[in-house]
Amino acid sequence: MKPSTAGWMFAAPALTVIGVFFGLPVLAALALSLTDFDIYSLAHIENLRFVGFDNYLNLLRNPLFWKALGNTLYFVVVGVPLSIAVSLGAALLLNSKLGAFKPFFRTAFFAPVVTTVVAVAVIWRYLLHTRYGLINWGLSALGIDPVDWLGDPHWAMPSIILFAVWKNFGYNMIIFLAGLQAIPEDLYEAARIDGASASRQFRHITLPILGPVLLMVSILTLAGYFQLFAEPYVMTQGGPLQSTVSVLYLMYEEGFKWWNLGNASAVAFLLFVLMTATTSALMWLARRKGIE
Amino acid sequence: MNRDGMPAWLARAIVNGLLIALAALSLAPLLWMLAVSLMQPGEAAAFPPPLWPKSPTLHNYSELFSRMGMGRYLLNSFLVSTLVTVIAVLLNTLAGYAFAKLAFAGRETVFRLLLAALVIPAQVSMMPLFLMLKQMGLINTYAGAVVPGMAGIFGIFLVRQYARSIPDELLEAPRIDGAGELRIFFQIVLPALRPILVTLAMFSFLGAWNDFMWPLIVLSDEHLQTLPVALASLSREHVQDNEMMMAGSVVTVVPVLLLFLALQRHYLQGLLVGSVKG
Repeated sequence: MKPSTAGWMFAAPALTVIGVFFGLPVLAALALSLTDFDIYSLAHIENLRFVGFDNYLNLLRNPLFWKALGNTLYFVVVGVPLSIAVSLGAALLLNSKLGAFKPFFRTAFFAPVVTTVVAVAVIWRYLLHTRYGLINWGLSALGIDPVDWLGDPHWAMPSIILFAVWKNFGYNMIIFLAGLQAIPEDLYEAARIDGASASRQFRHITLPILGPVLLMVSILTLAGYFQLFAEPYVMTQGGPLQSTVSVLYLMYEEGFKWWNLGNASAVAFLLFVLMTATTSALMWLARRKGIE
Repeated sequence: MNRDGMPAWLARAIVNGLLIALAALSLAPLLWMLAVSLMQPGEAAAFPPPLWPKSPTLHNYSELFSRMGMGRYLLNSFLVSTLVTVIAVLLNTLAGYAFAKLAFAGRETVFRLLLAALVIPAQVSMMPLFLMLKQMGLINTYAGAVVPGMAGIFGIFLVRQYARSIPDELLEAPRIDGAGELRIFFQIVLPALRPILVTLAMFSFLGAWNDFMWPLIVLSDEHLQTLPVALASLSREHVQDNEMMMAGSVVTVVPVLLLFLALQRHYLQGLLVGSVKG
């Protein structure tokens, strides 16, 4: 066997799997989103009709879609910067020469990342319990009245954000840590000789050099946070008052609870377009600011 | 005093104090989960919430396994995750090596196409995939849960990055001696890739174990459910049984946590190959 034939033979199994079970379905999803595929079509395919962009137009007229979009954007706009800030803070602490027992702390910060989201969501639902939760108990020690974290429409999404930041910050922290360790020490040495304070060193040395890493982390985190699903599914079931229905939660209910698979495909595509537009905008902004 | 006007001991105390506080915040929910899972039924529904079981008991665990079928779910999770891991490691390694070291027509184009596809969220494919697997009779089977995880772009990318460091001479010498490509792969390439195989296996296993949405869709039959799906439905039915739900969380979380602790060097290294150096 020649190496060139071997190349295709070696790549073929994986490419076939990806093509058949991912590539093909993605293309089919576009077609599906233009039909009224529902439970009747599931029973008899003759019931399937081509409806053009009706699914998309109906979504744009559906208040629940806008609600879900708003909730998801809330989660992304507050959650992503908060998550990145905590990750960066943790990485700076771990990178500091003053800290002790770093391998232990690094592992402790990373532990939530490898946990199963459903299992830890169950834990947090209990931590946030109005009457018996540790969090309200801690607040009561400070003289603050109990908050109905997951039962109050104003607090449900912030609670989920808090949970998501706790669960995820360790991941970006590792990437930041690698970026920080790559910054040459003599840059800081020179700045110190010139009398630059710690905060000036951070703004004029650390942040600019970390720019590309920061961009990549932002894009990865954005993409991940747009896909909010398991947290509201387990913690709030989309409630209260639909305040935690995310776009993917809507897609799941449309598709696999009501079996409106055409409609659900349209939801998935709109989310995809939104994600692509957001990350492209971020890259464009970064390029304009000279971060590659 | 240093230049920031802060005595060194104070700076040291602040950094270490913050490290300890953050570690407490990351670990407290997990430690509390463990503590509550050992409490008597109903013990945790009190104010102030107890931090430690008065008389530790394994009652919740025995309940879970004898009455709630937790053993079955644990087995399902192990089965699905192991199958995904074995198949994904083999297919992704073959492909990753091919993209790194074997010149074939269209290689660069296909690889660029794969990288572009990375931005498409998996959920877009879920509706047609469900219909397709229904046609194939794979809904409510282990195969249905395994199929989308059998190969992945990220895994191929990971192996490719690592395989590029294999020296060409190492592959050319046996070729001249007349060794076949498959033999070269199994006798020379696989041993050279061993560190990244551990990383890839761990990523695959953790990913499959922790996956929720796809198993939720494809495994509606109760006997086939994986731990996360079963835990989610149990926690809807048993909202009041905090102690038992915490035990269920322990059973779901501890295997992957132990795996991570044992192999964390590989995992963290893989995280960096897949991101920063990309």
